[in-house]
Formats: sequence, structure tokens, C-alpha cells
Amino acid sequence: MPAIQTETQYVSSIGMEVHAELLTESKMFCGCRNAFGGEPNTRCCPVCLGLPGSLPVANRLAVELVIRAALALHCSISPIAEFDRKNYFYPDLPKGYQISQYDQPIGSGGWLDIETEAGPRRVHIRRVHLEEDTGKLMHLPTGDSAVDYNRSGVPLMEIVTEFPPDMGSADEARAYLVKLRAILTCIGVSDGKMEQGSLRCEPNISVRPTGASAFGTKTEIKNLNSFRAVHRGVQHELTRQVALLRRGERVAQETRGWNEARGETVLQRVKEVEQEYRYFPEPDLLPLHIDDAWVASIRAGLPELPDAARLRLVDQYGVSAAEADLLTQTAAWTAYFERAAGLCGNARATANWMMGELARLLNAANLEIDQCKAGPEALAELLAMVESGKISGKMAKGVWEAAFETGEAPAAIAARQGEQISDAGALGAVLNSVIAAQPDVWQALCAGDEKKLTFMVGQIMKQTRGKANPGEVNRLLRERMAGGAQ
Amino acid sequence: MEPLTYRSLRALRDAVCSGEVSAREITRAHLDRIAEVEPAISALLAVTTDGALAQADAVDAARSRGEELGPLAGVPIALKDVISTRGVATTCGSRILAGWKPPYDATVTARLREAGAVMLGKANCDEFAMGSSTENSAYGPTRNPWNLDRVPGGSSGGSAAAVAAGEVAGSLGSDTGGSIRQPAALCGIVGLKPTYGRVSRFGLVAYASSLDQIGPMARSVEDAALLLEAICGVDLLDATSVDAPPFSAEAVKRGDIRGLRVGVPREFMGDGIDGAVAAAVRAAVEALCSMGATAEECSLPTARHSLATYYILAPAEASSNLARYDGVRFGLRSEGGSGHAGMTEASREAGFGAETKQRILVGTYALSAGYYDAYYLRAQKVRTLIRRDFDAAFERFDVLVTPTSPTVAFGIGEKSDDPLAMKLADVCTLPANMAGIPGVSIPCGMDQGLPIGLQIMGRSFDEENVLRAAYAYEQATRWHTHRPEVAR
Repeated sequence: MPAIQTETQYVSSIGMEVHAELLTESKMFCGCRNAFGGEPNTRCCPVCLGLPGSLPVANRLAVELVIRAALALHCSISPIAEFDRKNYFYPDLPKGYQISQYDQPIGSGGWLDIETEAGPRRVHIRRVHLEEDTGKLMHLPTGDSAVDYNRSGVPLMEIVTEFPPDMGSADEARAYLVKLRAILTCIGVSDGKMEQGSLRCEPNISVRPTGASAFGTKTEIKNLNSFRAVHRGVQHELTRQVALLRRGERVAQETRGWNEARGETVLQRVKEVEQEYRYFPEPDLLPLHIDDAWVASIRAGLPELPDAARLRLVDQYGVSAAEADLLTQTAAWTAYFERAAGLCGNARATANWMMGELARLLNAANLEIDQCKAGPEALAELLAMVESGKISGKMAKGVWEAAFETGEAPAAIAARQGEQISDAGALGAVLNSVIAAQPDVWQALCAGDEKKLTFMVGQIMKQTRGKANPGEVNRLLRERMAGGAQ
Repeated sequence: MEPLTYRSLRALRDAVCSGEVSAREITRAHLDRIAEVEPAISALLAVTTDGALAQADAVDAARSRGEELGPLAGVPIALKDVISTRGVATTCGSRILAGWKPPYDATVTARLREAGAVMLGKANCDEFAMGSSTENSAYGPTRNPWNLDRVPGGSSGGSAAAVAAGEVAGSLGSDTGGSIRQPAALCGIVGLKPTYGRVSRFGLVAYASSLDQIGPMARSVEDAALLLEAICGVDLLDATSVDAPPFSAEAVKRGDIRGLRVGVPREFMGDGIDGAVAAAVRAAVEALCSMGATAEECSLPTARHSLATYYILAPAEASSNLARYDGVRFGLRSEGGSGHAGMTEASREAGFGAETKQRILVGTYALSAGYYDAYYLRAQKVRTLIRRDFDAAFERFDVLVTPTSPTVAFGIGEKSDDPLAMKLADVCTLPANMAGIPGVSIPCGMDQGLPIGLQIMGRSFDEENVLRAAYAYEQATRWHTHRPEVAR
């Protein structure tokens, strides 16, 4: 029994459904652009609006990306891609059915390996299939509802773990998602942006008394927009279910939403009756044949996967396993690292800096590494200056912050900062000469005319040709003013 | 001068090209004819006078500039109201789409426009093409030009009646279980259901996607062939359209039918087939033989299951295809209900007619968990068997000949209370939809002053042999020259 014990009397079982929007230029069944955000209803057409008489035409690249993902997850590939209709009514579903894959997913029977403090575990994947995304329902302040169909018809890949579930803890749930995201971004199938909803995960969770053979009633959690939320949400739900059972109550089969602010899951929908989707083969699309040659060429085009990259980074650059984990979290991280380390020749320092300062600033700014203004060239330049002693480690931090903020080259920032006159003695001498030249202004300033302060600073900057450190000048002026007029 | 209405498509086009008449004159003459007979027949839901005159003027202007004109230049046509027309209401004969103006043309609409055809209006039909009499239209029934107390057949009854009454030279219908061929037979014209995939379905409002096919309706085989030539061909917007060898209308008129092997499936000549109809079909077979074809009785043992199979598969697909009419984005929105579910329920309750609701219910049931295997899946298997029966028959025969409809046109209201009798009207035409093969109906006799239709079916994408046999028969007989006296 793969599930592990997290509470003394209960065993937890966690399965996961992950939806990833695919990185195609156009939508799944029409020519509309596949992109995030924008003015509502600006990227839709008769097909993705489900207007009468419109017909879907399958995007071959989307099929290829799913095959790619299925191969990276060690799945077997179906020789045929068939689409089915999943019928249900909802305002964000324009046709009244979603085109999906029912009994013949493109990929099935795969796995991925994770590692947590509890040890390594293989998580088996039941299926990887292709479908179309729905629109987005918005509730307006007026009380009305509105729908944005920009997302309608975006190609969506669904990855479902095997039952019975392999995972048994919040740590494992998070590790699974981290690894899955690393693989999907590495192979260029998904941008993995959880906060934008392009990667969405819905864990299903149940607990049962240790030794019991029947699984407990499961709940599903939605609205988990970060790894942290996944971990907290799963942990909260496990705790909630155990508490219910300990009180002698029962767990209801329901969908619960994660409330980040309150740190708890909240009931969204009771699912006592299995919804009836009336699946049947989509008659508007012909089955797509996936021949061996196609699969082989996709397999040949797969890049180095995160597991392999991780081993290689440890081996080739001498970074630690923990560093290698972080540096292979997405393909962009690995590429950034290798470029910077290659340029500056110091892999350990590069890894250190990326795990520390870069990760910190990215988190604070809520940015992805590929949105960062300071690229690997900038980091290499900075580290080279530190290494050669041109700047101190302390100064490097400030230079890096400025580079991160503005995208300016660290050498230029350092040069400017280095030329600045910050020395109190030197600045004091300049100040003395300015006071001597403008005694009336100085008297007025000391008498409380604050407007004269700007003038004095300006005079000092003029004398030093702009090299005076303005902060230091201000400080000195205040100090002198506090000391009173001479 | 010979009147412009009732001239053939080819004759009208040639007259425009030669300068004998202008496209505007042709359009005006047909608009006058429409004004004259429409009050009695009600074939058209909309007459697009302004658009038609503009199209006609564009043809005339092109001619005066010396440009080469399209193959249907100046030819007046009508489109069944399930075919999308940009900016022109496309109601599908349903209240739920009252006033719905698509922002796009169906591929066939665009192709006809490109060929120079002039659209005079949208033709009445059973709601969402569900029916065999055009009595299920939310906008009232169409009457048969041969006898105003009779139905024109359906669901493309408006398209058939408009052609028979001389309102247009040709029209397009759609055929899911016989909806082109049966009304063609009942109105005494030519109606062709092409091979599934021959004509793009983009812009055809779906009833049953795996069966629906658009096809031409006209007063002669040659005219129908010219229309087919203009609309057929693979379309990137319809994944089920097929890149088949092109169809040539000219080839239909070429050569004779000596040596053509004609099969006569006995299942379509016995019980339930009216005596006069069976006799006319036998006479037609003899006529074909007298022109050098050979005929032999044969059997399609599973074809009799077509009706039961059809009434699982078509409603199943329809229940899904019609889910989009929820009042959210287009069409009728009833303010009666509360919330999304309430709004959807109220809109569908008010917007759909009884037959449509019944088919949605039947289809929903057939797809439900626990019934799927017994109904939908089994029906798909039977469909495969029917297809195999046809495959086997076409190893021995080039074409198969049957009646199109078991009877001549029945009375308006006569079968409204007997849904099974109504559905039996399609018993001869359904098998071709099951198998995806082409079938044409041509006039082959008269009974009680009403036309009888002969159905000729052929191999997939062999419209050429089907129409060649039809053309040869037509040339040897005079049935297609009979014209109804439309009562005023």
C-alpha cells in the first residue's frame, strides 16, 4: 500500500488532476490567438463562441505538444487521437459541450519520480489528454454576471494521476506539482504560470483509518494558485477530514475552494451524485492517426528533462542536490544558470546568488525568471566584479538590486556608485566653501526657510560636478543645521 | 419572348452572358413571380429583394466591364434557412433563432455568391431540419404547389416548393435522413444528397452532424449538377469535408448508360410502398434497361433497420448540437427563469417546438449512462452493418434504384397526430444517410395529379454515375417538364 501515514490513526490518499494550457500560437479548434488576459471578448470568433453552423478544426500542434508531454511522463501513446463531447450546461461553455477525450486519451500509463523528506516515490499517471478550455465567468458589482470568451477554446492538457493514489502527504503533493511543472516548462509545452491560471491543479483527498481497505470519501480542492497554496490547502484538508472523523462525523463528497487569506478550504459544491456528461464521439472531427514515425520524431526532439539536468548540474558544476533542484525548477532557471556560470566561470557563486538574492527579488516582485530585467549576463558581470575585488559583497547587493530594478548593466551602476563622493570629510570641505559663498542663504535656512535646502544641495552638486552622494549631502546639511549657524 | 421563370439555370446564365437579358431583369421577373405565388405557397421565410437586386446589378456591371462571368451568373436561387447567410436572418424555422443574423456566410453561400448566383430569399423548413412535411416550422407550413392542401415534404419543403413554383431556378436544401430527396419527390423536382463530405457543412446549422449534408434542388438533372459543381469541394473550415476528385457537371451529360448495372433492392418495393409508386419505379427501371442498362433485383437485408438506427443517432447528436441555444449569447432569451439554469430552461421551453423537444429528450436519453451501450453504441454498430450491405451491393451494381417516398404528397395535418406514419415517409431515403452515399430523386410519374419520385443511389463520391443515370432517364422521359398550376 503506497499511501503513507501522516496521522497516527489515519492514512491519507492524494490524487491530482492538473490542467495546463498549451503554448500554441492559436486556439485548439480555430485560428484565434492563444494568449493571456487582454480586453474581454477580443480574441474570439464564431467557432470558439459556438455560434450556429460553426465547426471545429483540430490544431495539430496541440496534439503534438500533448504527445511530447506524454512521452516526457513515460506514457504509452495511443495510435489514434479521437475527440469526444462532454455535455453540460454552463454559461462559460458556449457550445453546451466541451470537446475532450474520453475513452482514448493520447497518453496513458506513465509516471514521474519525486523526492521529499520522507524519501523517493514514483507517482503513477493514469492519463494525459487534450481538451479545450472554457470561457471565464465574471460577477460584476452590479450583481449581473458577464462572460469573457478569450480563454474559450484554448488548448488544455489534462494530466490525471493513477488510482489508487500514490501520494500521501502535502509535501508529496507539492513535490509532484513542482516536478510536473519543471517537466512541462522544460519541454516547452506550458508556461507553468499558476498565478495566471495557465497551470491549474485540483488535488483530491481522502483519509481512512490505518488498516482499513476501503478508501474514504474524497473531496476536491480548487483555487490553488501557488505551490505554497497547494501545500497549505492539502494539509488543511487532511487535518479537516481527520478532525471530522475523530468527531464521529462523515466527510461529504464535495468540491472545496482554497481561501488563501483565511488559510482554509471552503465548501463550493456538493457532488453526491456523479454528474452525467453523456460522452459520445465528436462527429465534427475525424480521428487523427498518430503513427510511429511521428512519435519517434517528437521523442527525438525532446530536450534534456529536469531529472537528467539535475544530475548533470551536480556532476558538471559541483552544485548541491538542493541547488540543482531549484536550478532545474523550470527550463528558464536552468538556462539562466548555465549561461551565467559559463560567462563568469564560478558556478558555485552563481548558484548561491540565484538561490539567494535573485530568488528573493523575484518572489518580492512576483516575477518569473524570464521576466527578470537583469539577465544571466548581468549576473555574470556582477559576480566577476566581486571575484576581482572591484566591489565588495555588500556593495554588490545594492548594485544587483539596482540592476534588477532597471536592467542597467552592473558595471555601469557600480562605476557611478564608485565615483560618488560619500566621504564626510570631503563633502564637509565643499559644504564649508558653499556656506562661505552664500552666507545669507545659509542664515535663512538655519532660520527655518526649508526652501533654501534645495538650493544648497544644488550648489554642492554644482561644485562636485554631480558626484556628491545626495543622501550623504542631505545628512551632512541637516547635521550642520542642527548644530546651528556658525 | 419565352418567360424568364421556369427557364433552366444554364439557359438563364447563357442569356445573361449573351446580353439577351440582364441579371436585374431576371431577378425582377422572379421577384414578381414570388409576389404572385407566395401568398398561396409560403415557401420563403424571407425575400431579400434589396440584396438580390444589388447582386444582380453587380453581375450586370461585371458584364458591361467585359469581365468573365461566373458559372451561375444572374441565376436566382433560395437557401434553406438552416444555411448561414451573413447579415440575413437564419432562423432554422425556429422561434429560438428568430432574427438571428449570422456574422458569416456558410461556405456554400460564399461559393454560390462567388459563382454569380443571386440569392432571392431564405426557404422555410421544419424546425432545425427535423421533420418530413415542413409542418414543424415555427413560422407556419409551406404548401405543395401541385395541391395546396398537400405538404411539400420536408424538411427542405420550402426549397422544393420554391423551385417547383418557379420562384427560383434552383435552391439548396440539407439532407439528414431524406430532407432533400423526399420533398424533391413530392414537389416533382430533382434533389441530390451528395456523398457525406462532398460539400462543406461550415455554416450549416447542425442537426445531426454525422448525417447532415447540403445539396442542390432544381428542375433538371443538369441544373442540379451545375449547382453541385459550384458548391462542392474540400473546405479547411470543415474537418469532415473530403478532398475527393472534383465533380464535373459536364461529365454527367457525356456518354450513354449502356452496360450500367442497376440493382433494385427488393426491400424498397414491397410492404408500405404505394402501388402506383412501385409501378412507376418499375417502369423507370424498364426505361433504363431499354437504354442499355442491365437491371437485377437485389437485397439490402439490414437497410430496414435504418429507421430505428436513425432515430437513435440523429436525436443523440441533436441533443448535443442544440445545447448551445441557452439564451446566453444569441437567439431567444426568456426572462422568465431565475439564474442561469432558470434562464436556459425558460428560453428553451419558449424557443423550441414540440418535435425538437421530443428529439432532444430522446437523444439525451440514448446517451445517458446505462443506456449508451444499449442504444447509441448498438445503433453505431448497426450503421456499420448497413454500410457493409451497400458496399457488397456496389460490388455488383453501379447504382441502386428505389422509390424516394413510399407515397405521393400527403395532406397537411394528415400525419401530424401519427408520428410513426410521418417517420415512415423517410424509410427509403434514410439508408443513404446511414451509409454516407449519394442519392438523387428525380420525377418518374404522376398519381392523383401529384409527382412520384425515383431515387438513384451510388457509391461514395460517384455522383457522376448517379447523375448520369438520372440524366439519361430524364432525357428519355417528359416527367420533368410537367409544371404545377399554382392556384392564386
